[in-house]
Amino acid sequence: MKQLESNFLNMALVLTVVSLIAAGALASMFTLTEEPIRLAKKQKQEQALKDVLPEYTRLEEPDTINGLAIVRAYNGDVFVGAAIESSANGFSNAIKVMVGFDQKGKIVNYSVLEQAETPGLGTKVVDWFKTDKGKQDIRQLNPSEVNFTVSKDGGDIDAITAATISSRAFLKAISDAYAAYAQQENTDGQSGASPQATATPDSVMTDSVTFSLQQDTAIVAKNE
Amino acid sequence: MNYLKTFTNGLLKENPTFVLLLGMCPTLGTTTSGMNGLGMGLATAFVLICSNVAISMFRNLIPDKVHIPAYIVIIATFVTILQMVMEAYMPDLYASLGLFIPLIVVNCIVLGRAESFAAKNNPFASFLDGAGIGLGFTFALTLLGSVREFLGTGSLFSFRLFPEDYGMLIFVLAPGAFIALGYLIAIVNKLKSKHA
Amino acid sequence: MTYILIFISAVFVNNIVLSQFLGICPFLGVSKKIDTALGMGAAVAFVMTISTLVTYLIQKTILDPFGLGFLQTITFILVIAFLVQLVEIIVKKISPALYQALGVFLPLISTNCTILGVAIMVIQKDMTLVESVIFAISTAVGFGLALVLFAGIREQLALVKLPKGMEGTPTALIVAGLLAMAFMGFSGVV
Repeated sequence: MKQLESNFLNMALVLTVVSLIAAGALASMFTLTEEPIRLAKKQKQEQALKDVLPEYTRLEEPDTINGLAIVRAYNGDVFVGAAIESSANGFSNAIKVMVGFDQKGKIVNYSVLEQAETPGLGTKVVDWFKTDKGKQDIRQLNPSEVNFTVSKDGGDIDAITAATISSRAFLKAISDAYAAYAQQENTDGQSGASPQATATPDSVMTDSVTFSLQQDTAIVAKNE
Repeated sequence: MNYLKTFTNGLLKENPTFVLLLGMCPTLGTTTSGMNGLGMGLATAFVLICSNVAISMFRNLIPDKVHIPAYIVIIATFVTILQMVMEAYMPDLYASLGLFIPLIVVNCIVLGRAESFAAKNNPFASFLDGAGIGLGFTFALTLLGSVREFLGTGSLFSFRLFPEDYGMLIFVLAPGAFIALGYLIAIVNKLKSKHA
Repeated sequence: MTYILIFISAVFVNNIVLSQFLGICPFLGVSKKIDTALGMGAAVAFVMTISTLVTYLIQKTILDPFGLGFLQTITFILVIAFLVQLVEIIVKKISPALYQALGVFLPLISTNCTILGVAIMVIQKDMTLVESVIFAISTAVGFGLALVLFAGIREQLALVKLPKGMEGTPTALIVAGLLAMAFMGFSGVV
């Protein structure tokens, strides 16, 4: 069969038909994969929450504080912790991290959701700060008690060797997350005992806030 | 037409990476590990086979003057389908290959093969050609990825062979990609001149 | 201020060729002489800026509002192919000499991963229109820079005796690797 002649009608017709078929194929593929994509994302999210929070029986609907998404977790009626999604600009792109705090404001665990750092260097951020070595493990640390900046900047945390920028970004994300966490405690805990915290972690008095929080979990639960 | 030859052509004689020197961008950009190289190679092979067959089937219905945009639409459609399927069922690989998945559409291999082979041959031969070239590409990428992963981190397909601290990190980074590929092509050239 | 950061980042720190691995085909193919490298760089800069502008607008005004995000790849590449054709026609009319010089490279630009790559990147990084245009121009400058540097080195390399297997592409790649290493020195500047 000889090739179709390149006159205007043929060209326009063929291009239109090809485009329509393409658009149709894509639209149907889209509807087919829409649900699995949503599920895959949801599963990843849930897995991340499980990884960073202490044991919980129920999760609340996500809220927003300081522009960061926060999910509170409860064991029955007792507030056990909260997971916060935070991000900061790393070496190449934003490093998105989910960090879980327990009721006392200590970091339970973290999970790096998204990062595009230098392979072998910045990518270490995924487990460097959960490795029990020197001063790099941030788990069980409370950002209000520990200086969450790299040692190079006078802080208390060891940065990833040769990946200071990624480390700084990561720690900033954690600090921002903690600021949001501290703020949610103050807004929920009705006690006037603790001073109203500003967004900086250093000024948060976790112990008194926790105390008021545990006292007021009943109020918290009712308010939700 | 010798169908077997059509298929094996893409593996060795006209290996897109080592001989034709096409498709360099994903070759360098996604071979940070053997697994990534394998994934990228197979993804490209999928698009290559589908587009080769589709274009071959319609080669006589597409007027010459508009063949480039028509081919591009067909190729882009398959790439988008691939994107959606990967995002749904292979989210980890989708995340690590990132930008390079949509970039398959401008991979010189795909359009090049469509023009030079699929446009002139029947669908079955085009299928074999696509498969051969695709597998040749996959082989090259997996090899480069494995070399870089091994030299750079001491593991192979995440299977640790020596402690990571002894790895030459440069190979996982940009310069290492260029250098590793350069040496591989040099080796291939040497082997070719011995056979010739 | 951010604009300067975008510029420095795109030209040096995250150079599109030497650290993002886009545009390798023309990088290896066109960089044998400095003046062709310059010409290619200029052509790419022109096409890249315009196409980024157009694709950005299409994404924000048509694809996003109508939930047609999945048509991104297809529309972008068609727009780019169309623009390249347009540029080719315009250059032919305005400056036949330039057209002769660039010759076969112009159509090659449409399969240049950098153009499509940048178009997609500005959407992924959620940039504003102005940021996107600046990013496009800076990336093109970075591309041109890498190309010209490489061409300069290759012109010298052509005069040197090399082992048989290493001639041509292998040496070019290894030199590119060294160039990439040099550019890694910029990391941390931004």
